[in-house]
Amino acid sequence: MSQSYNRGLIEDFGRWKEFSAGMWAWIFHKFTGWMLIGYLFTHIAVLSTSLGAAGNASAIQAETDVYTTTLQGLEGLFLVRLLEVGLLAVAVFHILNGLRLLMVDLGVGLEAQDKSFYASLVLTGAITVASVPTFLSGVSL
Amino acid sequence: MAERYSSFTPGGTGWFLQRITAAFLVVVLAFHFFLLHFVNHAYEVTFLATQARMENVGYFLTMVLFLITAAFHGVNGVYNALVNQGLQGTQKKVVLAVLVVAALALVAQGTYVALAMAGMI
Repeated sequence: MSQSYNRGLIEDFGRWKEFSAGMWAWIFHKFTGWMLIGYLFTHIAVLSTSLGAAGNASAIQAETDVYTTTLQGLEGLFLVRLLEVGLLAVAVFHILNGLRLLMVDLGVGLEAQDKSFYASLVLTGAITVASVPTFLSGVSL
Repeated sequence: MAERYSSFTPGGTGWFLQRITAAFLVVVLAFHFFLLHFVNHAYEVTFLATQARMENVGYFLTMVLFLITAAFHGVNGVYNALVNQGLQGTQKKVVLAVLVVAALALVAQGTYVALAMAGMI
C-alpha cells in the first residue's frame, strides 16, 4: 500500500520545476474535475429549455420548439463544436487518470504510475484527435 | 515506497464514496458521450428524439442516477480539494453548505428537466 508523505503544497506553482509525473497527474485531475462539474451546471441550464418546449405538441412535431432550436443553434457555432472537442479531451483524461488513481490507491502497478500517467495523456490525445471529424462535421467557421 | 497524490484520505468515507461513484460514472459517462456524439449526433438532437429516449424507463432512471452520481462526485471532489489546500474552521463549514445547496439545486432542476423530457409533467 502506498503512503502519504509531506510533499509541500502542490498548489504552489512556483515549484513547478520540482513537480513529478504524479504531481502533474493530480493537478490535471483536479483541473479537469473542476471543468467537468462546471460544465454539468451549464449543461443542465441549457437542457432546461425543455421546460419551455414540453407540452407544445405542434412545435415539437415541427421541430421548432425552443429546446430543439436552442441546441441546434448552439451546435451550429464552430466555437461550441471546438469547446465540445475540449470537453471530450477533459472527460477522457479524467476517466483514464481516474482509473489510474484507483489502481494507485489499491496498490496495483505502483512502479509504473509515471508511465501510466504518460499513457493516459497519449491515449487522451489519440482519442481526441480521432474524434475531431465526428465532432466538427457539418459546421464551418 | 511510491508517492501518493490525492485530495482524499485513503479509506475514509469521502474517499470510498468517490471511488464507488467513479466506477459508475466511468461506464455511464462513456455511454452518454458515445450515444449522443457517435450513435446520434449532437447537432441533430431534437426534443422529439430526446422524449423518445426518456420515455424508456430504464434510460430515464439511468440518466437521473447519472445526474445524482455526477453531482455528488463533482461536489465531493471540489470540497476535498479545497480542504486539502488548507480550508478550515468557519470557511470550511460555509463552503460545505454552499456546495451541498448547489448540488441539491442541480439535482432538483435536473430531475425536473428529466420529467419534462419524459412527458411526465
